[in-house]
Amino acid sequence: MADLTTNFLGIKSPNPFWLASAPPTDKEYNVRRAFEAGWGGVVWKTLGSEGPPVVNVNGPRYGAIYGADRRLLGLNNIELITDRPLQTNLDEIKRVKADYPDRAMIVSIMVPCEEQAWKDILPRVQETGADGIELNFGCPHGMSERGMGAAVGQVPEYIEMVTRWCKQYYDKPVIVKLTPNITDIRKPAAAAMRGGADAVSLINTINSITSVNLDTMSPEPSIDGKGSHGGYCGPAVKPIALSMVSEIARHPDTHGLPISGIGGVTTWRDAAEYISLGCGNVQVCTAAMTYGFKIVQEMISGLSQWMDEKGYTSVEQVVGRAVPNVTDWQYLNLNYVAKAKISQDDCIKCGRCYAACEDTSHQAIAMSADRTFTVIDEECVACNLCVDVCPVENCITMEAMEPGQVDPRTGKVVQKDYANWTTHPNNPGAVAAE
Amino acid sequence: MSNPMTPGIAAARLPAETLAQNFADLHDPLDRHEARVAADRCYFCHDAPCVTACPTSIDIPLFIRQISTGTPEAAAKTIFDQNILGGMCARVCPTEDLCEQACVREAAEGKPVEIGRLQRYATDTLMAKQSHPYHRAPSTGKTVAVIGAGPAGLACAHRLAMHGHDVTIFDALPKPGGLNEFGIAAYKSTDDFAAREVDWLMGIGGITLQTGKALGRDLSLDGLADEYDAVFLGMGLGGVNALRTAGEDKDGVRDAVDFIAELRQASDLTSLPVGRDVVVIGGGMTAVDAAVQSKLLGAQNVTIAYRRSRDAMSASRYEQDLAASHGVRLLFNVQPVAIHGNEAVREVELEYTADTGAGLQGTGEMIRLPVDQLFKAIGQTLVTDAGLALDGRKIAVTGAGRTSRAGVWAGGDCASGGDDLTVTAVAEGRDAAMDIHAALTA
Repeated sequence: MADLTTNFLGIKSPNPFWLASAPPTDKEYNVRRAFEAGWGGVVWKTLGSEGPPVVNVNGPRYGAIYGADRRLLGLNNIELITDRPLQTNLDEIKRVKADYPDRAMIVSIMVPCEEQAWKDILPRVQETGADGIELNFGCPHGMSERGMGAAVGQVPEYIEMVTRWCKQYYDKPVIVKLTPNITDIRKPAAAAMRGGADAVSLINTINSITSVNLDTMSPEPSIDGKGSHGGYCGPAVKPIALSMVSEIARHPDTHGLPISGIGGVTTWRDAAEYISLGCGNVQVCTAAMTYGFKIVQEMISGLSQWMDEKGYTSVEQVVGRAVPNVTDWQYLNLNYVAKAKISQDDCIKCGRCYAACEDTSHQAIAMSADRTFTVIDEECVACNLCVDVCPVENCITMEAMEPGQVDPRTGKVVQKDYANWTTHPNNPGAVAAE
Repeated sequence: MSNPMTPGIAAARLPAETLAQNFADLHDPLDRHEARVAADRCYFCHDAPCVTACPTSIDIPLFIRQISTGTPEAAAKTIFDQNILGGMCARVCPTEDLCEQACVREAAEGKPVEIGRLQRYATDTLMAKQSHPYHRAPSTGKTVAVIGAGPAGLACAHRLAMHGHDVTIFDALPKPGGLNEFGIAAYKSTDDFAAREVDWLMGIGGITLQTGKALGRDLSLDGLADEYDAVFLGMGLGGVNALRTAGEDKDGVRDAVDFIAELRQASDLTSLPVGRDVVVIGGGMTAVDAAVQSKLLGAQNVTIAYRRSRDAMSASRYEQDLAASHGVRLLFNVQPVAIHGNEAVREVELEYTADTGAGLQGTGEMIRLPVDQLFKAIGQTLVTDAGLALDGRKIAVTGAGRTSRAGVWAGGDCASGGDDLTVTAVAEGRDAAMDIHAALTA
């Protein structure tokens, strides 16, 4: 069994699965149980300044969207940071860390954008013995209206400034958690780096309204007839998060900056994908909130099995492996030609590939009277829609054509050489190939 | 009180509570949650095989999608647009041979989408909510006589009424519904569903029902043709084939359809007598319905004796398994040669058969089964041809139910073509109505 031990910023944990700062990590009771269940670390739910704690709504805090069989695909929340007294949290953090020295304990913090506020809280956090802090610059609701959370995360200068304070008043690693509610994720990441951040974690939740109650005409979750946007997370946000992670991982300015990946991690495979795109570990929330702490067992066994099968002996060997293959569209090989192929043995004759292709794509699938579906190579542009809508995995595949073969659609011979848009004759800005 | 061991034919072999349980719904209706879960399994296939397999061509993927989006009432409209008896068909259709057999998830996983139960969920929801979902077109002043208030006649009458024609349905029996009311197993149509469905269907208006009127006895085709602008014949097969076996006239020998009708109309199942040793001769749905219900009434031993092999049996494998699961013994390749007993039947003598390629032959080997009640279920026949051309033993029809006589249409079991199924009868009645409508408004 592969060794899943990770060393993220010098913080060791038995596996790369950390619970993200969120309701599951709000108190000692939960965190102890999470550690017993096998989680490698936790980011304690965000602490605020000393004083009267924040208050939460007393109606529903979550909204959801579902796939088939009411499988939860996306969750939205309007909960705020911890609503328990600061000292209570600090005492609990200290106790739990003392009892679980092998697990990562990170403390999430969100205090006003004033140096004194950070100066006040950081020594108290330091005193708990926690392994590091995460700056919550991401929450898109409630706190952002008070000049915190995403309100900071959306202004790179503030990120840099606060990060610098933290590095000044705190000795251990500082992770900056980024909001996705911006145009270019590289800007806040670079700002965190300039401020001296040891790592970034992303993504925080996305501004969202999950649904509208059509009886009351109120957004959900609805509080006495009114709704507010909340923060969206869960499997549905994974593609957005993966893209943002990859942008940071491959940009020259931020390449190499340690990343903790967050956003819809539900299975070992999701985690492996984040790690391959440059994350040193992953943080999980929605999957735990949907299925309970036990799901970490599948993540551990799955990642371990896959690493064994691939011959990886440490998580570190996987980190960033896919990053070199993330490129810009203009560098994609336009000489690569594929065609869809339908396995008649696996086909269950639902005809969804046909409907999708015929109605919305390239009319490249033929349907016979006996419901045999075949690809018309003369029309197929290999768009992949048939693969995507087919209910049977691997029934339809994309088969690459060999160089030298003639593409029946274009009548052109498939070239073995790589050629992209930058040199394409149709590109007015093309440059001659060297 | 008697019990399953009581010799002869006796009532009350089982306590009333047991009987009530035995004759409850074969399949519990889906509740809202179950329906949503079941609906989620539908792939919304293109040109879906289930639709092709449905004799009434209900748009199944659409109605299931309507259920999954929380609008079972719209789903029911989708069903009723094609099949106004969609409620009964949801209960009695051999879906295992039709839509569910064609379901791609049957091919993929051996577990089809539960189309029949979903259809029932949708139709029950609408019928519980709304008196009748269709409106009549303005009256055309045209009149149509419909013979038979079974599935074919009702479907035809409804469609004609919807188009503004005035319809009179005549039925030989005292109650409408045909086989839905008298012919199918009680556990498939509980809570008087057949009668409730007819009432609901008549809510369209423009349909008059006259019971106790049989063609050839109280009515003549000539008379009807004179009086009405068109005639639709949907009287089914009222006659019963004889066994032509020695001893057929002994006490305890009876037509299965009569037994089923009596059971369906019984207000108190404990008053319904059944044999201790029951043998049903035949291999169709009627044979299975009679056998299973005999068992449910408390018969100790029930055997279906069919002269051909299992594969040739017209009752579906699902129905065969249903019978077997109730403890009915299925005996294949046996044909009755003699019914023994003094006044009442005591034994049936069966000869083993083999298909030699030159037709079914007795092998000469015999088996005797004890029997005190023997049901004949070897098919039904037309009572009157009303002077129309026949195709085999049924009224010959071409196109949408046109008979050899202009102005007279036929559909359902009495007409040629199609399987003898409720759903097929509905399709034929509906299509004939559209053809009649076209003829009357041409």
